[in-house]
Amino acid sequence: MSQVRRLAMHMGLVVALCAMLYPVAWMISSSFKPEAMIFSSPGLIPEAVSLENYRNGWFSQRDATFGLFLANSFIVCGFAIIGNLFGASLAGYAFARLKFPLKRLWFAIMLGSIMLPIHAQLVPQYLLFLKLGWVNTYLPLIVPKFLATDAFFVFLMVQFMRTLPAELEQAAEIDGATFWQRYWRIVLPLSLPALVTTAVFTFIFTYNDFLSQLIYLQELKHKTVPLGLALFLDAGGGSSSFGGLMSMSVLSIGPVLGFFLASQRFLTRGIATQGLK
Amino acid sequence: MKDQHARSRRKRHRLTPQQSESRAAYMFLMPWFIGLVLITIGPVIASLYLSFTRYNLFSAPQWVGFENYIDLLFWDQVFHDSVIATAIYVLCSVPLILIASLLVAAVLNQGLSGLAIYRSLFYIPSLIGSSVAIGFLWLQVFGDEGIFNDFLGWFGIAGKSWVSDPSTAPATLVALNVWTFGASMVIFLAGLRQIPASYYEAAKMDGASSIAIFRRITLPLLSPIIFFNLILLTIQSFQGFTQAWILSRGTGGPANSLMLYTVYLYKQAFEQLNMGAATAMAWLLLLVIALITGALFWSARYWVFYGDDKQ
Repeated sequence: MSQVRRLAMHMGLVVALCAMLYPVAWMISSSFKPEAMIFSSPGLIPEAVSLENYRNGWFSQRDATFGLFLANSFIVCGFAIIGNLFGASLAGYAFARLKFPLKRLWFAIMLGSIMLPIHAQLVPQYLLFLKLGWVNTYLPLIVPKFLATDAFFVFLMVQFMRTLPAELEQAAEIDGATFWQRYWRIVLPLSLPALVTTAVFTFIFTYNDFLSQLIYLQELKHKTVPLGLALFLDAGGGSSSFGGLMSMSVLSIGPVLGFFLASQRFLTRGIATQGLK
Repeated sequence: MKDQHARSRRKRHRLTPQQSESRAAYMFLMPWFIGLVLITIGPVIASLYLSFTRYNLFSAPQWVGFENYIDLLFWDQVFHDSVIATAIYVLCSVPLILIASLLVAAVLNQGLSGLAIYRSLFYIPSLIGSSVAIGFLWLQVFGDEGIFNDFLGWFGIAGKSWVSDPSTAPATLVALNVWTFGASMVIFLAGLRQIPASYYEAAKMDGASSIAIFRRITLPLLSPIIFFNLILLTIQSFQGFTQAWILSRGTGGPANSLMLYTVYLYKQAFEQLNMGAATAMAWLLLLVIALITGALFWSARYWVFYGDDKQ
């Protein structure tokens, strides 16, 4: 390819990226500007830097700080990660490494359930959790993960575990290892990349998930980051709270970007494989 | 000796190896089975029953036959608005995301340096795009004093409040969805790298133009991945909720232009406590998604090319 064409492509990509990421950069920069300057000097480089917005945003609710929402989100995400790792790897192991009657049928049902819109289950699930007394607790957000209901991750596990060589397990079988030992001692440690992908994606999906948290967590003390941010809507979103809103928005996307940067090599490979095999 | 050993082992277990493997498999699948019945399939069936009832959580469900469906389909203006809003959203977002992601992936696949950095940067909006924070950012970007109007101001174009005008609000919602094309792009990129370089070399030797190469080699060989992304994006777009909720400040307005199907479903269920109507909506959604994915799978035989190495 010619030098000129190469340069033109780089320039096109950089312009596209600047346009795409400019709003995010603007949000980060605004969050550090004194409230009055956000609209009067809308450029990217703040003329004055202040943490006033962060203080205002953090303490914007009378009975809760934004720290509470962050802590709640981390609790929900932590258990959701454990749940998905447990549920998806168990089911994934059976589908990927074991032979059993009706396997094709169950596998087809599992794949089909990836396409099932959650809205088709929303109301009866809510009624079930209401009957169990789980509304206004974290259980409706956590327990389903232990039951491998995120079929997407089961599929990810199956795809990964299938690529492991059969010889490893055969050797263990000859040594008299049980299926549990083969899963726990051999397959699971080798599946680390798939487990990391599952953990990071579970974090991001759960952390960003607004709908189920909106439904199940109504009390202020349980509210998570998306719900805490959405409280700014109720406050009217007037310009007096705009700096606080921007600063808490920046703070709220921080953990997602952090997780992504720490694990991006696993991640891009992880999402690429689901489309390919 | 060997025989005896095997026999005694078999006696102790009383299961053939196949049987013990099946039993183990079903043990491993037990959590998934419980989830399937209680959390996934069970609720779908229960919602079919509830969709034929009037139910507000407080008194027992009352059987009303097809009343919920008839009311929605023939009498409910908001329902009609929500169908239109959703159709616009899906029909505009999905093709635009496919084009943008394929285009950028094709450019990145030309052997440019810095591939990994570009890939990560283009992917970042997909990570944060469904968050409430980005919804708020969008309210600002396309608001009265927003940076989109600042940008238009450079060219002397007068701005307006794009998010709160019913004629432009849907476009801002679509723009937000298209902004997250990076996830599809990563999948395309992985697919492009599977195409053997020798195909391209041979085509170049024959003097094919790059457009001809793209049409005759890249597109057919990539068609299974295009199909995969198409299905995934269609299903995801039908379920968009958070951003429509935030951009309309929880109302579905202005003039129901942001009343996506799921937003109205939520309102029916959890604001008006019309559980019957909400479950009827859920079943209609399920049917429409099933019909559309079915039609897409049917169409696949005419345009998805699986090559010779299909397993």
